[in-house]
Amino acid sequence: MKNTDISDPQYFHKVVDCQYACPAHTPVPEYIRMIAAGRYGDAYMVNWKSNVFPGILGRTCDRPCEPACRRVRVEEEPVAICRLKRVAADFKEDVTARMPKPAARRNGKRVALVGGGPASLTVARDLVPLGYSVTVFDADAKAGGMIRTQIPKFRLPDSVIDEETDYVLNLGVDFRGGQRIESMKALLAQDWDAIFVGTGAPRGRDLDIPGRKEAAANIHIGIDWLSSVSFGHISKIGRRVIVLGGGNTAMDCCRSSRRLGGEEVQVVVRSGFDEMKASPWEKEDAQHEGIPIHNFLVPKEFTHENGKLTGVIFEKVKAEFDAKGRRKLVNAGEPDQHFPCDDVLVAVGQENAFPWIERDAGIDFDEWNMPKVDEKTFQSSNPRVFFGGDAAFGPKNIIWAVAHGHEAAVSIDKMLNGEDITQRPLPAVEVMSQKMGIHEWSYDNEIDLDKRYKVPHRDLGIALKDIKSEVELGFDVELALKEAGRCLNCDVQTVFNAPLCIECDACVDICPMDCITFTQNGEETELRTRLTAPAKNLAQALYVQDGLKTGRAMIKDEDVCLHCGLCAERCPTGAWDMQKYLLEVTHAGSSCRTPRRSAA
Amino acid sequence: MTYLAKPKFHHPGLPKNDLGYTHRDYEGTVSTLCAGCGHDSITAAIIQACFELSIEPHRVAKISGIGCSSKTPTYFLGNSHGFNSVHGRMPSVLTGANLANRDLIYLGVSGDGDSASIGFGQFAHALRRGVNMAYIVENNGVYGLTKGQFSATADRGSKSKRGVTNTDNSIDLAAIALQLGASFVARSFSGDKQQLVPIIKAAIAHKGAAFIDVISPCVAFNNHAGSTKSFDFVREHNEAVNRLDVISGRMPIEVQYEPGKVEIVEQHDGSTIALRKLDADYQVHDRAAAQAFLQHHAAKGQIVTGLLYVEKDADDLHGHLHTVDTPLNALNEKELCPGQSALDKFNASMR
Repeated sequence: MKNTDISDPQYFHKVVDCQYACPAHTPVPEYIRMIAAGRYGDAYMVNWKSNVFPGILGRTCDRPCEPACRRVRVEEEPVAICRLKRVAADFKEDVTARMPKPAARRNGKRVALVGGGPASLTVARDLVPLGYSVTVFDADAKAGGMIRTQIPKFRLPDSVIDEETDYVLNLGVDFRGGQRIESMKALLAQDWDAIFVGTGAPRGRDLDIPGRKEAAANIHIGIDWLSSVSFGHISKIGRRVIVLGGGNTAMDCCRSSRRLGGEEVQVVVRSGFDEMKASPWEKEDAQHEGIPIHNFLVPKEFTHENGKLTGVIFEKVKAEFDAKGRRKLVNAGEPDQHFPCDDVLVAVGQENAFPWIERDAGIDFDEWNMPKVDEKTFQSSNPRVFFGGDAAFGPKNIIWAVAHGHEAAVSIDKMLNGEDITQRPLPAVEVMSQKMGIHEWSYDNEIDLDKRYKVPHRDLGIALKDIKSEVELGFDVELALKEAGRCLNCDVQTVFNAPLCIECDACVDICPMDCITFTQNGEETELRTRLTAPAKNLAQALYVQDGLKTGRAMIKDEDVCLHCGLCAERCPTGAWDMQKYLLEVTHAGSSCRTPRRSAA
Repeated sequence: MTYLAKPKFHHPGLPKNDLGYTHRDYEGTVSTLCAGCGHDSITAAIIQACFELSIEPHRVAKISGIGCSSKTPTYFLGNSHGFNSVHGRMPSVLTGANLANRDLIYLGVSGDGDSASIGFGQFAHALRRGVNMAYIVENNGVYGLTKGQFSATADRGSKSKRGVTNTDNSIDLAAIALQLGASFVARSFSGDKQQLVPIIKAAIAHKGAAFIDVISPCVAFNNHAGSTKSFDFVREHNEAVNRLDVISGRMPIEVQYEPGKVEIVEQHDGSTIALRKLDADYQVHDRAAAQAFLQHHAAKGQIVTGLLYVEKDADDLHGHLHTVDTPLNALNEKELCPGQSALDKFNASMR
């Protein structure tokens, strides 16, 4: 294998699994160390810079970082990254003074953002401090979009949303609440320098089976029902409730029902329990609240009497796999089952809807009625119009919307500075030795064997009585410190300097995970089989450095390295060093633009 | 050294031996020797050898004297018996323990100071008697604990870290072990585990006095230009006569070797050593030739490594003394005092 080029920012980026998996590439270990040090405000600002909504995401994020966490490969459970983010938000000091200052001069460019959700607010956050005049249009009176309308208050209180949307709006955003944009043509005619569409995926899918029309009064579309609950238009539901669907919306629906008078609330899903789209922790929370989840049941008919819903008939199915491994649900050969109920909530998916974009407005749509959007620049076929969040590529989640927002802001900033927006900026990268003394590092390199700590919950009896009372209480300072200690500091990299090595084997002997091997170099597939411990995880790189006196090469399997630094502590010549690798995604602003050589 | 204990986590794909242990289960506490010490590599080699042999830790007694080398038994086999004895007195403590309980595996761990100076006599007599043990000398040619004076194994003409030239002749422990009648003699290098691990395995399996001289560079006081025990010097002057593969049990040897290049040595416990000859003329069963070979190469400044000598049909001290098969410490009163009639019979035989 060739020598690993650690000057390529992608190499070490991949080693920081959590940060790499995060769509916004938030420097996770960096802020977890700050939390451990009690620097909550600093941890909050690291997050705020990267993902704009730390308090909101710390309660609701889909956490792509956690399944990626190295701790899963080393032990079992990932670090509770998401809930540690909430700790930063909960315990921070007043950070208003640390927010960006208004631009000294407006640059005269006007940008319209349609929809006031996470994608648009991210674009606003990135562009306003640069001097852009940004106007946000939203049909609702307050900013937040689906964050405010669809996430139940017992998971995310209004106060948190208000605080974090205000940080953005207070930068000097012109927010036009209650103003729905009805026509793209009309908007285009207003001569904005750029338009960003962040209108989400606002339409809940319906279920067209017999009885749907007749029993309509007691059948509700999940996301519409959730937003009515959130605005206080709905405050109770029948005693027996069936929720159809297996996603996170279904989980929010059933848990909300439990709080609005639903005593027998049940979730019914078509697929198997394990294939449900809902995050495992959301399923757990629902079950914890006494909500059973029935699987492999396909709704066939709504039963009704005198125009009133009486229940749902389901066909029992089983999963069969064809030769290509594709799953098919086929009749299980059991009698149909009837579930009596008073109300049904349909949460079987969300769709995009752009009734307000005239198809002749100069924006191309594809065969699925989605706008054609460039995956890197987020530009549509109209160069002035950008899409982001769920509006761009269909329903995802908040953190993806934030990531889209940052990229769209970069595109808008580059475009309005006359640059080629397909040339994307490189991330800012810093690599620094953490050595403080002979066996002293500027990070805590002792490995904690603790299992993942559980977030304390409010007593169920109290929680189920009030839909606005937050269920999760969050980690306290003590628990947060313990959980933060589980982080393996994957951003502190093992850096090897071959010319200093005397091949004494000390690092090989001390490495608790058998990551290091000195052997003859070879071709990767073959090399992976003859390391101290076999390197079977092909998704994880081998770090290769040759140029040793005996002609061998140092091969390190990055897979399960604990970043404990014992190799560096044991190295008599300093050939190993622990160096912190900090990667920050470049946002809109002068650093995202191509440097121009000034005239001499 | 490091202040941190080695984390308990281990690689999920770590192989397990017949007992279900990984090599991590054969570790001791974390080493407090200098970072990069050759002794730590020997520790790792002993751990690997015991893991590969699927040795039950409670069946091992590790006995040492005083010195950097003699600290190392703390760092391996944390669940075995141990005795950190007086300076140079490891061989007599080991001999006593072995006489009392012949069922254990005895690892004698010593250094060049411990065995070639203060304990030179002890070293000689334990080998001479053929005590069943693996006697490992971690040989760095220097008194590390007292800041780097020449030890008795430092070569004449080699330089200390401060630039002083050694004018005394050196003791070649392997050559002396041959002369004293050790039935297994090897030399290896801490920086070459591929050679060292099989040698340790073979020594443990050997019945009789097995002696291994392991050159182990002292990173703090003997790893400079002018030293003959430095990583660089040993690598440049290493003259390996053979390489070993140890095959445990009475399993058929499946590996195919080129004819004429491999010699099969059956061991007492049923294991087999496949000896890959690097020097075609080297005769591993010829004690006198081995001595001559060592001296000849030492004169040229070369360090001969590998399995230097192994005696066919070797026996140990218990064999020489005709002791009973039951360990002496397990004999009870009834067996030790068989009664008046047995005494009468014995007395009659002496008349």
